[in-house]
Amino acid sequence: MAEIVLDKVSKRYPDGALAVSDIDLTVGDGEFVILVGPSGCGKSTTLNMVAGLEDITTGELRIDGERMNERAPKDRDIAMVFQSYALYPHMSVRENMAFPLRLAKAPHEEVRRRVEEAARVLDLTEHLDRRPANLSGGQRQRVAMGRAIVREPKAFLMDEPLSNLDAKLRGQMRTSLSRLQKQLGTTTVYVTHDQTEAMTLGDRIVVLQAGHVQQIGSPQHLYDRPSNLFVAGFIGSPSMNFLTAVVEDGHLRTPLGEVPLTDRVRRHLEAADAPRELIVGLRPEHFEDAALVEEHVREEGRTFTATVDVLESLGSEKYAHFALETEGVRARQLQDLADVTGSADLATGGTAQLVTRLSATSGARENAELTVWFDPDRLVLFDPDSGTNLTYEG
Amino acid sequence: MTSTRVRRGAHSEGKRSERRLAWMLCAPAALVMVAVTGWPIVYSVYLSLHRYDLRFPGQQEFIGLENYAVVLTNSYWWTAFGVTLFITVVSVAIELVLGMALAITMHRTLLARGLVRTVTLIPYGIVTVVAAFSWFYAWTPNTGYLAEAVTPGSAPLTERAASLAIIILAEVWKTTPFMALLLLAGLALVPDDLLRAAAMDGAGVWQRFVKVTLPVMKPAILVALLFRTLDAFRVFDNIFILTSGANDTSSVSMITYSNLIQGLNLGIGSTMSVLIFIAVAIIAFVFVKLFGTAAPGSSAQGGGR
Repeated sequence: MAEIVLDKVSKRYPDGALAVSDIDLTVGDGEFVILVGPSGCGKSTTLNMVAGLEDITTGELRIDGERMNERAPKDRDIAMVFQSYALYPHMSVRENMAFPLRLAKAPHEEVRRRVEEAARVLDLTEHLDRRPANLSGGQRQRVAMGRAIVREPKAFLMDEPLSNLDAKLRGQMRTSLSRLQKQLGTTTVYVTHDQTEAMTLGDRIVVLQAGHVQQIGSPQHLYDRPSNLFVAGFIGSPSMNFLTAVVEDGHLRTPLGEVPLTDRVRRHLEAADAPRELIVGLRPEHFEDAALVEEHVREEGRTFTATVDVLESLGSEKYAHFALETEGVRARQLQDLADVTGSADLATGGTAQLVTRLSATSGARENAELTVWFDPDRLVLFDPDSGTNLTYEG
Repeated sequence: MTSTRVRRGAHSEGKRSERRLAWMLCAPAALVMVAVTGWPIVYSVYLSLHRYDLRFPGQQEFIGLENYAVVLTNSYWWTAFGVTLFITVVSVAIELVLGMALAITMHRTLLARGLVRTVTLIPYGIVTVVAAFSWFYAWTPNTGYLAEAVTPGSAPLTERAASLAIIILAEVWKTTPFMALLLLAGLALVPDDLLRAAAMDGAGVWQRFVKVTLPVMKPAILVALLFRTLDAFRVFDNIFILTSGANDTSSVSMITYSNLIQGLNLGIGSTMSVLIFIAVAIIAFVFVKLFGTAAPGSSAQGGGR
């Protein structure tokens, strides 16, 4: 168990490409930290630098206060789980899990005890003498986990360990992984591109984009107070809605109608010397079918009426999509996000799209008008140029 | 259900015609093989069962296995057999080690990869006889640069041990690139993640090589060894040029040639070539059955069948 400190760690490749830029991160003892971001954001490079599989260009890596930059991977006492599992095909499950212990010259009896203990925890006991080639994807994943835990290392590093599993199994493994980590209490750094995995697993999440840390915080913090457009758009599914808005006489003119600015928000805007044109963000779940909102609550919010474009009913809730008769937002960070996630619905530049989550009891129908209620207090304002969140600090 | 059965029938019908087409496509090649390989083998066996010396054509007659008895009780044959085995084992062993080193170098090379590979292959591209002559001249006293530099005042190609060493040197120099190329293909089969995982598990460079790389690329190593062993066992050109078999340096191919072509004894010569054929078949059998070498082209996981 250990504390891992990344002190202004950067990685620059020989060809000059900057993969990771000045990461400052302290992973506390026993903490489960997720590095999340789209592919190519530098999250795996960061993990490999912690592992010692890639050199650190500048900055310092400390584990338990000791400088690790020059240490070989085997001298860092950390275990890693790979996306491909990287099981040794010529060894049985037992030999795979025993491999690190054998290398460490652990006594025979202890190797057997620890491998069998790990196999019991991971439900692999009956598969101990099989070869990896004869195991299912989920079993291989567990063997890879087993090989990591038998060593009782200072920390676990996991590089997208669940992304080769099918959706249902991934959900199950996520839960058992979380339980296992809590049980062992081992410091864990986990890399994923899947924001759902990040939200459900992590004590803290580090959002990376193009080698830069965008925000570090608890899942709820990132969700409620994203520091910029990128984080706001990346975290949450379906994504946050973004619309253009203009500040006029203490009011905010949005495609959903005029919204008064609260004093708190106005002070923030003034302090930030914000432009008059802003981007307003609203999460789908902050909307509701106006017919289902009680009278006194309704007074506090705003409503708008539009034609439902597409209605998705999930049973427990309904998603109503609207095509608003206004231009979509344009912002560099949203463009980045659309580029890396491959989703064209963000920052299309065409008409603005709006997704709202309604109660299952809503009577909304496709191609029919619907009055939707929302709470203007939940609005988040962003600077279109820098992408910075103007509503909350940090 | 009915539709499934119909479709399954159609499927096997398609399979059958596919198989027929496969046979038809293979047939010409198979026929040529039988004509140019099968017939000479059969004819050799036929000759080996006869007394047939072109110097005494009148004495030709069927004598059963008498030729085999003559060859297998002859000390020249067993000397040549021993020399061949010695050259095979030593040269293949050296080639394996050097070839592995070369393959790893080529695998790890980041700069000018193509150039490095091409340069490595040059010895393999030179005709064996030409290369053998260059070794021959190099080791000739007074004129050869190697003879002058390494063994001044003596003629290495007139001594048995030195001759064998030079033959092995020529073999190794010539075929190590081939070995390296086969091993390079094997190295490419070892996923990087596996080596990274081993590094994380605490393995040093040597342990990674011995405990991960070698076992994972074992099928490729066995194929390379099989190819080279079969080739080396039939060594001829280098010996022919370097010593002509003087001082007991003949290989089995060499004395077969002496009897068959120079001695004009078709019966004895054919007997020897049949014996070489049997020895080669045994080597291949041992590799495939005992070591589990996968025949090239079959599934990658040949081990343990």
